[in-house]
Amino acid sequence: MSLGILGRKLGMTQVFDAEGRAIPVTVVEAGPCPVTQIKTEATDGYTALQIGFIETREKVLSKPEIGHCKKAGLEKPVRHLHEFRMDDVANYTLGQAVTVDIFSDGQVIDVAGTSIGKGFAGGQKRHHFARGPMAHGSKNHRAPGSIGAGTTPGRVFPGKKMPGHLGNVRVTIKKLTVIRVIPERNLILIKGGIPGVEGSLVEITPNKKVGR
Amino acid sequence: MSSMNAQEIIRSLEAEQMKPVLPVLHIGDTVKVNVRIREGGKERTQSYEGTIISMQRSGINRTVTVRRVFQGIGVERVFLVHSPRVESMTVTRLGRVRRAKLYYLRDRIGKATRVKQKIVRKST
Repeated sequence: MSLGILGRKLGMTQVFDAEGRAIPVTVVEAGPCPVTQIKTEATDGYTALQIGFIETREKVLSKPEIGHCKKAGLEKPVRHLHEFRMDDVANYTLGQAVTVDIFSDGQVIDVAGTSIGKGFAGGQKRHHFARGPMAHGSKNHRAPGSIGAGTTPGRVFPGKKMPGHLGNVRVTIKKLTVIRVIPERNLILIKGGIPGVEGSLVEITPNKKVGR
Repeated sequence: MSSMNAQEIIRSLEAEQMKPVLPVLHIGDTVKVNVRIREGGKERTQSYEGTIISMQRSGINRTVTVRRVFQGIGVERVFLVHSPRVESMTVTRLGRVRRAKLYYLRDRIGKATRVKQKIVRKST
């Protein structure tokens, strides 16, 4: 129930902390994201804030999308829109820019993105199956093995782990740490890796505590 | 959106962290490395001297592997040259070698582990 930001994954590098340790970081260019729509209990039945990211040409958007951006009073239309459920939206106005200063150094965050597509992958890669012996006359190297019992039940159970498409799905990595925020360059350095290829769109939100 | 591309942004971030001056290091050189180490809450500098047998990666990720034989046991340490923990590196002897990785030194003992010294004559 808190505001996040949209960003573009730039790649990874390492930075040194006060102790001199090298910390692996992912560099994300996040924002500025203009507010494109404010949803309230009265108008939409729930409260949320919609923000846009990456200014673009009108040519790449559809007419409804251009109209939506015009309605928000944006000078340039935006390519990506994303909505964040909020408790209170009274402090926000249309067109107001959301920037990386909503995060601070050391804050714990969640990052969501589309993972790297691996195509059609076998059992070893997709579900971490064990492989068969590579030698001693074995012909069972990367085969999936038995996929169930025989006549009873006479079918394969739904959800059986099998080879298939891997990756290119939405993945959220929770509890990552912000190492440094650079507001003047719209950059945020996040400890460790985040989902997606370089250049892909990611959502950064404050860490959502689950349970307890 | 900034006008810089992703690689330029990352390189500029790395540039802030990199040491402005580094000694010119070559494979086979003997170097003395002063390393800051923490012992029971206190910090002190330890020096370590040996032969560079390998250099890997570039930019901020540059590492050198320094080998020495200490009490008959081969010791190899990998230093991240831009790390603040590596206080200073000084070349004490230039080596003349013909390959990029001196892993063959691991199989040698005694006098055979020596690397030929490179004699540099001043030009003109």
